[in-house]
Amino acid sequence: MADALILARALADPQSLTLDTDWVGLITTARAELLLGTLAYRLDGLPLPEDVALLLADARAAAENGRRAALWEAEMARRALAPLDCPVLLLKGTAFVAAGLTAGRGRSIGDLDILVPRGSLDAVEAALLAAGWEWVKPDPYDDAYYRRWMHELPPLIHRERDRMIDVHHTILPPTARITPDAAALIADAQPLGNALSVPSPNDMLVHAAAHLLADGDLAGALRNLWDIHCLIEDHGIDGLAARARHHGLSREVDRALRLVRRLFGTPVPEMPARWADVLYLRRVLARDDWGRPIRPFTRLAFYIRSHWLRMPPAMLARHLWTKWRRA
Amino acid sequence: MRHAFSVRIGPIGFRIGSDWRAPIDQLRELYRYYPSPNLPDFTVRLEATRPWRRWVRPSIRLAGDNMLPEAAPLPLAQGLLAAEMAMNLQLALGGRRYLLLHASCVERDGRAVLMTGESGAGKSTLATLLAARGWRFMGDEFALVDPDTGLVHAFPRLISLKNAGIAAAMAARPDARFGPLLAGTPKGDIRHMVPDGLAVGAMDEPARPALLLYPRFGFAAATTPVRASESFVRLTQASTNYVAMGEAGFGALCQLVRSTPAHAIDYPDGAAAVAQVEALWRTL
Repeated sequence: MADALILARALADPQSLTLDTDWVGLITTARAELLLGTLAYRLDGLPLPEDVALLLADARAAAENGRRAALWEAEMARRALAPLDCPVLLLKGTAFVAAGLTAGRGRSIGDLDILVPRGSLDAVEAALLAAGWEWVKPDPYDDAYYRRWMHELPPLIHRERDRMIDVHHTILPPTARITPDAAALIADAQPLGNALSVPSPNDMLVHAAAHLLADGDLAGALRNLWDIHCLIEDHGIDGLAARARHHGLSREVDRALRLVRRLFGTPVPEMPARWADVLYLRRVLARDDWGRPIRPFTRLAFYIRSHWLRMPPAMLARHLWTKWRRA
Repeated sequence: MRHAFSVRIGPIGFRIGSDWRAPIDQLRELYRYYPSPNLPDFTVRLEATRPWRRWVRPSIRLAGDNMLPEAAPLPLAQGLLAAEMAMNLQLALGGRRYLLLHASCVERDGRAVLMTGESGAGKSTLATLLAARGWRFMGDEFALVDPDTGLVHAFPRLISLKNAGIAAAMAARPDARFGPLLAGTPKGDIRHMVPDGLAVGAMDEPARPALLLYPRFGFAAATTPVRASESFVRLTQASTNYVAMGEAGFGALCQLVRSTPAHAIDYPDGAAAVAQVEALWRTL
């Protein structure tokens, strides 16, 4: 059955595309995976059918606007938090574009993700509220749940610019069985020269792998794996294994390396395959040429897994019970 | 998808897939004289909200490249409306090549009149009445302004006539082809009309914007000039992608309102409105 493998191949090796490529399927899949801007940059300069070239030029222009908007949003947060004099790290897409990394080229960026020390959370929240951000979730249970059990504040949205900010204090929920070292993340951060900073290259990789494989149901996984591929292309993996061990995320990082090697031919040493890698790939590529999600059972299994990872069983049961009663 | 159809409307190509045959057959019939796109810009999906809802009380979810989570599902009887809504939605949410103005548009001598206003202001009806008097119909949903040239491109999809507008259009264009009457939709009765041969045949010819109008139905006839600054604000609100286009959208809109005279038109009925528009046209 046709899946998103066509997109993974096009990203990894744009030269391999032929004139009889299913352009409609490729573009539709890329759009659905929020990778059209990325694809457009990867194919830039190659001889392409005229309509394809035109459409991809639009996608590049849109991505460029998105990049500018993301950096502006980071600047707005910087201004709001400057008086606090606490470290502020940009994470994910905004970090990639702010640091000028390959992973930022054409990347679609939704929310602004930042990380601050846990001890500064209250002050950061107060400063953001004073600068025009508002709570998105009015529900008291959700709000309390976030504050007590999550690795981030309840999401805030700016009332004029309509953009969300996620304020993290670490990179995995405290309820998860793995506890990464948030203080080390901040201590080794690399300054951008404007009072903001980004995690070190290895911490970016560890965070990407944690986000992808230790949290969530692998929605958007192809994009996250492409981030990982690009981060490795930029910085290599020197010291990565030790850093992953330090954060307790060796298993996730190893799996991420095996998956990008399989999908994109990323230059990392070959590791013995695990049988479950096939399941992960099935989930990562579960998208057809009409942009539809496919493989519902695989998706469901990973959805259930995501909850299992996040909470101890008794807590999960209590959470689901509360959610079910309120639904 | 089981059933599929591709069509190009002006510069925008669509690929429409459906779990059911009926909406595709209707599209194929009503868009019979339109070309196929080389490469569709957008993919639209009409899919069953649940697997069994393909047969049991069929219910259509609008899906595609860009999603609008709160879009309500529609019954299969309104499949044509669903397809049209889904196509508009994809363009509104995803279009970046042109500044999209929620406006109807007619052309004469290479110069265009853009009419915009809230739902019910009479954009579609007015464009249809003007087309019956020899104007070229360029669209009743979106005017596509090219930021590089300032020209407006046609988007003559099926004309979505509503309620009283249906009878008015049928009286003005008894020769036109119409889709089925869709009664009891979220917007009342809807009937689609196929744009005339002139509109379809010349849809690849852009026009220079010459007049911006803000019609309002149900008031005593009055024509009031509108300043460029007010036009700018009104049009930012009438555009679905002004913010997303960034600087290109700002530039296109500035140029449009600076170079195009604008008027608010209050009108009591279609005949009065047509007379008001043509009177303004003669002053240009």
